[in-house]
Amino acid sequence: MESNGTVEIITGLHIGDFFFMLQGAKRTIILTLVSISLGTILGLFIGILRGVFNKYVNYIFGLFLDFVRSVPLIIQFILVNAYFGISGHAKSPFFIGVLVLSIYSGAYISEVVRAGVLAVPLTTRRAARSLGLSWFHDLFYIVFPIGSRAVFPSWINIVIGLFKDTSLIAVIGYIELLRAGEIIITRTWEPILVLGCVGLFYFIICYPISKWSERFEKKVLT
Amino acid sequence: MNYTFHWNTVWNVKEALLKGALVTLELTIASMLLGAFLGIFIAFGKNSSRKLFVNIASSWIEVARNTPCLFQIYMIYFGLGQFGINVSSYFSVLIALTFNNAGYLAEIIRGGLKSIPVTQMTTARSLGMKISNVYIYVILPQVFKIVYYPSTNQMMWALLNSSLGMVVGLSSDIAGVTSFEQARTFRAFEFFTAAAILYYAIAKLIMFLSKTLGKKIYGTD
Repeated sequence: MESNGTVEIITGLHIGDFFFMLQGAKRTIILTLVSISLGTILGLFIGILRGVFNKYVNYIFGLFLDFVRSVPLIIQFILVNAYFGISGHAKSPFFIGVLVLSIYSGAYISEVVRAGVLAVPLTTRRAARSLGLSWFHDLFYIVFPIGSRAVFPSWINIVIGLFKDTSLIAVIGYIELLRAGEIIITRTWEPILVLGCVGLFYFIICYPISKWSERFEKKVLT
Repeated sequence: MNYTFHWNTVWNVKEALLKGALVTLELTIASMLLGAFLGIFIAFGKNSSRKLFVNIASSWIEVARNTPCLFQIYMIYFGLGQFGINVSSYFSVLIALTFNNAGYLAEIIRGGLKSIPVTQMTTARSLGMKISNVYIYVILPQVFKIVYYPSTNQMMWALLNSSLGMVVGLSSDIAGVTSFEQARTFRAFEFFTAAAILYYAIAKLIMFLSKTLGKKIYGTD
């Protein structure tokens, strides 16, 4: 950067900032891993149970999941945070982040799981049941192996989406990677450099996974 | 729970919230239209035989798809500032959303182009049509039908992502108005409940309109 005819070499960035961002990156990854684990369990649970419930329960569930999917995540974070605030049990941003992100990803995963269960031909399942397999056997040995292949690429897409969406948790004060970058920017005013590093970090994690999942999808489909 | 809800505070600013809804809709629709326009070029760029075009198109697509939308907004809002270009928060959201939509839509359009058999092009060419005419009259109408429903899906994402303007200080869309009002009145829960309902309503409206419009133009699915 040029100012007063001299070239400034000192930028205000120092090595500590790098570690600060690294810590943010660690938090982003932990948040993603915890949320996607809980979200997957939740999604599996709901996705399978929706095939069992009667239509009224299904309707209510569907409405709730639809709501979760149609409201911006940033609003959900603030809303849940505000709810815990006014109920007198304020929780840590990490807790709220995990709660919201698990339900959010669970809503998407349940839909994908439902599609996966439907992807298994009913005749195959009937054949399994008439051979004497129980409902659970049918689920574990027939539906999971066949359905999971159809579901896996969509699940990976949800994981990548969730990884990117963790950046929104900054609104309730959790310092993850992007927020850490923003803090450094406000001090050093080096947005391109700092944001470049942040963007690169997201990119080098998301890009290989999405490419790999694309290849997997092609292999399964053909 | 020791809390008194003040829904009146929300009701009193209903005009501002509804105006915010209009701004949100405007952002969504504008970014979708611009994104679709750019997306067509990017899709053709990725299919072209010129290496330069392919590289530009694929890096656009991959960056748009593999980085958070908030990062893209920051990149416009803070990043361009470093070059002395100061973009207002409204335009930085619009530009970033357009960039994001264009990347996703390009992939959708490319998928649509791929599904049209090459023989159609050769047939039309041998009947004496110009290349541009083949695209306008033969190929693109079919592509639009294929990309219609995936695009409405992308529009939902654009709607959800438009709320991110709040983070860079946009105060005219739904999220912006609510965050401004809750800062004034300290009624975060009530205001963000209202915002959630408004977003849900808009999402349903978009879904409904796109479905009815789709049925009108293309028949059932």
